[in-house]
Amino acid sequence: MFYRETGQFKSKYKEELAAFPLFEDKIGVGILLLLAYVAIPIFGIPGLSYEFTLSAIMIPVVIFTITTLGLNILLGFAGQISLGTGAFMGVGAYSCYKFMTIFPDLNILICVILSGLVTAFVGMLFGLPSLRIKGFYLMVATLAAQFFLEWAFIRIPWLYNYNNSGGIEGPNKEMFGIIISGPQSDATTRYLVCLTFLVLLTWLASNVIRGRIGRSWMMIRDMDIAAELIGVRPLTAKLSAFAFSSFYVGISGALMVFFWLGAAEVESFDINHSFTYLFMVIIGGLGSITGCYMGAILVWVIPVLIKEIGKTSFGYDAFVMENLSIILLGFMIVVILIVEPHGLARLWQIAKQKLRMWPFPY
Amino acid sequence: MGNIDQNVMMEVKNINLRFGGVIAIQDVSFDILEGEIRAIIGPNGAGKSSMLNVINGFYHPQEGEIWYRGEKRPSMEPYEIAKTGIARTFQNIALFKGMTTIENVMTGRQLKMNKNFFWQMIRYGPAIEEEVEHRRRCEEIIDFLEINHIRKTPVGALPYGLQKRVELARALAMDPTLLLLDEPMAGMNVEEKQDMSRFIVDVNEEFGTTIALIEHDMAVVMDLADRVVVLDYGKLLADGTPNEVQKNQAVIDAYLGVPH
Amino acid sequence: METLIEILYLIFVSPFAEMVAYPDLFFQGIWDGFVSGTLYGLIALGFVLIFKASGVFNFSQPILVVLAALSLVSFYKMGIPAWISVILVLVMFYVLAFLIERLILRKLVNQDGNILFMSTIGLTFLIIGSAQWIFGGRPSAMITDELGLPNGSLEWPMFGGGVYFEMIDISAAVIASIMIVILALFFSKTKIGRGLRAVADDHQAALSVGISLNQIWVIVWFVAGVVALVTGIFWGARSDVSFALQIIGFKALPVLIIGGFTSVPGAIIGGLIIGLGEKVFEIYWGPLLGSGVEGWFAYIIALIFLLFRPQGLFGDKIIERV
Repeated sequence: MFYRETGQFKSKYKEELAAFPLFEDKIGVGILLLLAYVAIPIFGIPGLSYEFTLSAIMIPVVIFTITTLGLNILLGFAGQISLGTGAFMGVGAYSCYKFMTIFPDLNILICVILSGLVTAFVGMLFGLPSLRIKGFYLMVATLAAQFFLEWAFIRIPWLYNYNNSGGIEGPNKEMFGIIISGPQSDATTRYLVCLTFLVLLTWLASNVIRGRIGRSWMMIRDMDIAAELIGVRPLTAKLSAFAFSSFYVGISGALMVFFWLGAAEVESFDINHSFTYLFMVIIGGLGSITGCYMGAILVWVIPVLIKEIGKTSFGYDAFVMENLSIILLGFMIVVILIVEPHGLARLWQIAKQKLRMWPFPY
Repeated sequence: MGNIDQNVMMEVKNINLRFGGVIAIQDVSFDILEGEIRAIIGPNGAGKSSMLNVINGFYHPQEGEIWYRGEKRPSMEPYEIAKTGIARTFQNIALFKGMTTIENVMTGRQLKMNKNFFWQMIRYGPAIEEEVEHRRRCEEIIDFLEINHIRKTPVGALPYGLQKRVELARALAMDPTLLLLDEPMAGMNVEEKQDMSRFIVDVNEEFGTTIALIEHDMAVVMDLADRVVVLDYGKLLADGTPNEVQKNQAVIDAYLGVPH
Repeated sequence: METLIEILYLIFVSPFAEMVAYPDLFFQGIWDGFVSGTLYGLIALGFVLIFKASGVFNFSQPILVVLAALSLVSFYKMGIPAWISVILVLVMFYVLAFLIERLILRKLVNQDGNILFMSTIGLTFLIIGSAQWIFGGRPSAMITDELGLPNGSLEWPMFGGGVYFEMIDISAAVIASIMIVILALFFSKTKIGRGLRAVADDHQAALSVGISLNQIWVIVWFVAGVVALVTGIFWGARSDVSFALQIIGFKALPVLIIGGFTSVPGAIIGGLIIGLGEKVFEIYWGPLLGSGVEGWFAYIIALIFLLFRPQGLFGDKIIERV
């Protein structure tokens, strides 16, 4: 009834190639942007405290959506599995820290982008085995990246400037006279910075995957031999996917430490985090950008809310709630794989399709 | 039939291909003329698909030369050979299952697109113009092969006959000079075979594309092909026009089986 | 320039000089590597078993090791005699295998291998959460004495020094070897073993000749649990019983890369290569990099190996067809 493509004729290929060809979709995205940029920073989420909303829900969700976008580009679009996402976030975080301390006057946003580039390079390096091996073999190779990087974050003191804590910590950073990062910064400001990163990166990702390069990734994913015979160079396609994906992951790592946690140690980048990001991708839906948002929200928010409710309403201790949320995560992943292996995004698509036809079943 | 001039487009000379101890192709030579439809036939396991794989660089023969458009071709990777204007379809359909028909056809234009990462990222200006330009060509091919109605359908959901057609569309989108078809009509019913034959002839006549095809249906081969190569156990058995080949005693023996 | 020579010396000369100068230390390292190698091989065998029988890349194998060790110790602490605790753990694994088959695998039959693999990561989280909740997460010691395992060590004087053979390590090597032999025989000689191989080749075909998929899956998951228990006991004795054992369990993955996902001898030889390789590297080259290289060196060995033999140790060269 409200969601129809009838009557919306495209007379140019350009119009059809737009990100949201349907008018209704344009409105929907506009509303979401308004909510995220205006309503939430001003009002928060009803029923939750403002500080909690931003620090425990919105900022991490936004950052992890960026991570999920990165991993989904690699896994969902290029079909290359990686279990090293956590460690690659670490590469982003540590390199951002190095940029901040070596060039104290450099704008922090530039540091973040540079650290994304560093991560892209490291990701490409660890993507090299993908040229010879695939599938589970490649997965084990990415585990090598995970464990090697974890080791490097501890054993190479240069990375954390030889400080005794072994961790990294962000100083206050200003931009246009406003403190946007560091202990004295305001959660709302940090949220808006992260959100802007997310919006821009989503836009870039959706452009790339719809174009020539994105198609070459999907060709490799769907049938690598045919792709090669049609003219896709596996080297370029695979390494560009690793680089582009790692760029996102690196940026999200830098944002996570300097715009959310404030400080971090190697535990923030361990293998269980890698699994969590993998879950976000799977639950949201492989090969779907919308899915990245859904996956990050669901996987992050449900445990947080459960913990919060368990603590405040029922007085359960943190240990129990922690385990309960781990169990729930495992449960969600198994259920989604059984119900719809393509994740929430596919369910959403089906629902939209139904809506388009409504009130007719077919 | 066809617009053959006598220029040789491709010549394969003394090809030998082995997998470990197994000999797949043994000392096979033949040529493909510009503008012709060349059929490669032979019983199962005769080395026909392996021959196509050699031509488009997926297998590297241990011995032998390939001359393409008057030059000896050096050893190349498949993606490099694709650039020289050789396109193909596959025996077991090799479409990109996660993509729609139009996206699959667009992949054929991959090599002709060159706007860099930056433009791709902002998808504006040159990048979108390029996209539109190639989309137009793909739509023409889709019209030509009469698959407009399935343009936005994921190819995994299509029936077999249509998948074969989409695969042909993808190969055509590469604007090939030499088109290799590996059993384009396998598993089709009579009607679908007629359609496919019509498309192959049309492609040959309208676009002037040279075609090399593998086919089991003799009636189809005799109708379509200008010249036929017969392989058996990796060896060249006969080479000539359909009529000549049909009368060749060795070919008849290979197909009907004689006590050796 | 001089530093370069010095570095080259440290990498290429001094480790070997040290090996020759202190052969007892070298042999000690080889022995330690050998023991961990057999245990890696045993865990890898658990993977191979499930992969062969169901095509599932069972990522939860490492956490099964943790679960086995943790529940065994916890049962004992509840006052249950050690050997009855072992039986209880086995019963628990049988029930678990049954539940996994009934609630997860049966619903994912004929799905893509990636999806089955991911479901086992989900399973890993289910087990982590539950085990931590029920048994607690604090490290504890393995109940080796109570299980009647020998302690103390043998000293074998050699080259002016001595090589120590911990009794527990000896029994680990012996029992792991016995288990490997039993499993290999089980696979090749028994009716169930043949059924397993049939299932691995083709689910549908196996069903059509009257092999019960469900039963076989329960059996392999149970056997994988038994393997996990054995490794859990011995590894728990070498370090501690804690969730860190999971990381050790992951080491079976590079073993699989070297040995191949379906090869029983591959798992064993791969295990030994990894065990010996990482120990020797840790002792002689580790200090150059700062310690802790054991955490990742196994993976590097596997990667180097792959560069030269992508098909693994026992795999045939794959001829791709189109």
